[in-house]
Amino acid sequence: MPSKSEEELKFDVIVVGAGPAGTTAAYVLAKAGINVVIFERGKYPGSKNVMGGILYRKPTEDIIPGFWKEAPLERNIIEQKLWILSKDSAVNVGYRSASFDKEPYNCFTVMRAHFDKWFADKAVEQGALLINETVVESLIKENGKVIGVKTGREEGDVYTDVVIIADGVNSLLAKEAGFHPEIPPEKVALAVKDTIFLPKEKIEERFNITHNQGVTIELIGQITQGMAGGGFIYTNKESISVGLACLCSDFMKTGITPYDLINQMESHPVIKPLIEGGEIKEYSAHLIPEGGYDAIPSLYGDGYLIAGDAAMLVNPVHREGSNYATASGMSAANTVIRAKERNDFSAKGLSHYKTLLEESFIMKDLKKYRRVSRFSIENSHMFSLYPEFINQAAHEMITVDGVPKKEKQKKIWKLLKRKRSLTNLIKDAFNIWRSFK
Amino acid sequence: MNVEDRLFLNRFNADDRSHLKVIDPEVCLKCKRKQCSPSCPSKCYTIQDGKAVVAYEGCLECGTCRIVCNEFFNIGWKYPRGGFGVSFKFG
Repeated sequence: MPSKSEEELKFDVIVVGAGPAGTTAAYVLAKAGINVVIFERGKYPGSKNVMGGILYRKPTEDIIPGFWKEAPLERNIIEQKLWILSKDSAVNVGYRSASFDKEPYNCFTVMRAHFDKWFADKAVEQGALLINETVVESLIKENGKVIGVKTGREEGDVYTDVVIIADGVNSLLAKEAGFHPEIPPEKVALAVKDTIFLPKEKIEERFNITHNQGVTIELIGQITQGMAGGGFIYTNKESISVGLACLCSDFMKTGITPYDLINQMESHPVIKPLIEGGEIKEYSAHLIPEGGYDAIPSLYGDGYLIAGDAAMLVNPVHREGSNYATASGMSAANTVIRAKERNDFSAKGLSHYKTLLEESFIMKDLKKYRRVSRFSIENSHMFSLYPEFINQAAHEMITVDGVPKKEKQKKIWKLLKRKRSLTNLIKDAFNIWRSFK
Repeated sequence: MNVEDRLFLNRFNADDRSHLKVIDPEVCLKCKRKQCSPSCPSKCYTIQDGKAVVAYEGCLECGTCRIVCNEFFNIGWKYPRGGFGVSFKFG
């Protein structure tokens, strides 16, 4: 039985992790007058958090309208590009629009360490209690129901009606409690990133932008050396985020080290001029849960809900994750508000969470792409063979050397068939269609 | 830039106790792949006499070692104690 002193440490809701999912949940709950505490293991919110750097406007706006007027953002993204790389060339597709350059904007680059701190302060303003430097080590259960958490602090047991588990991709809580098993290496990607500082003017000149405008470049092809994955280059105010992510299973197969991979990427002849003269000021690494719809664990139970990366809510095809975290944090909070009205924190009482997610873009998008994870695992040639071919074809067509274009086309077609049999080409086309339709 | 120089740029508040553990170094002798060593983005694992040896101070807390040691599950992975470990300035 809980003793008296333990009774004193009871909150309506405990949120584990002050990332986008946890802070969103705490903000919404505190605003509704619910007594909520957030435990964050870092020195401050954001100090343990890493992402490529894109924050989508919509889900955060749903919580704090007009947030971009005061939040610490880097640049407003007006152009998004895809580079398909060979070893010394790139085929480039992109979209730039002046309409992205005015309110309400589409997305921004952010530094998690800056943005998450600001966001958590906003939740505190609403009345949430934020406790930093505190690891939640395990869940306290009674008759199968979660009734609290054990923190790393002395006399650190804290009780609650419901725990919102938002402790990220490595969610030890979810694993320990058996909500999901250990993630297999083919369902998670390792990302490494350098934050490279350059004078503002240099960045704007190199990326053809002014003041707060920003550009994103996604990269596939030679830089991942045949591994399923891709790279990215994002512009911040006075720095550029450069990195790549590949499936852990492919790192295992190839034995390539992540730091050799990022070094080689940065010396690629098409990438190098963009970062030339820059100074790396931070090197980070992070796992991305890429198992898709079929890897999502059971998201709720007696006395708990799981949100964000801990729930593996990531869409690698569109590099969306932080927006899923925010949206799922909001759904978790709304579920808890409803459960509180009915005073029912059982699995049944919290099952509304699943309904909310199923109705939202999150599950709809993840369902749409549910085959992509398997497709990437089984078709790593997509990340090497086709990018190489596309570059060769472009090179052939663009090079003026007196050969008639018709002959060039024939040559390209022959080249493709040499790389991949007609049957396999058709199979690939079918698989792509089926995975992305 | 090599990985040691990269890690030098990061801010760490290293605990006096390791949050990473090779559970049973003898088990490493059975492991042919020894994936912990090449997969770790901050080179925390070195192989000495066929056994993994971990230096936790430069750990970026990504969790890769835990994922790739999927044959013998021989890595004890915890978060560092509250406030310790890497502290990202930018993230």
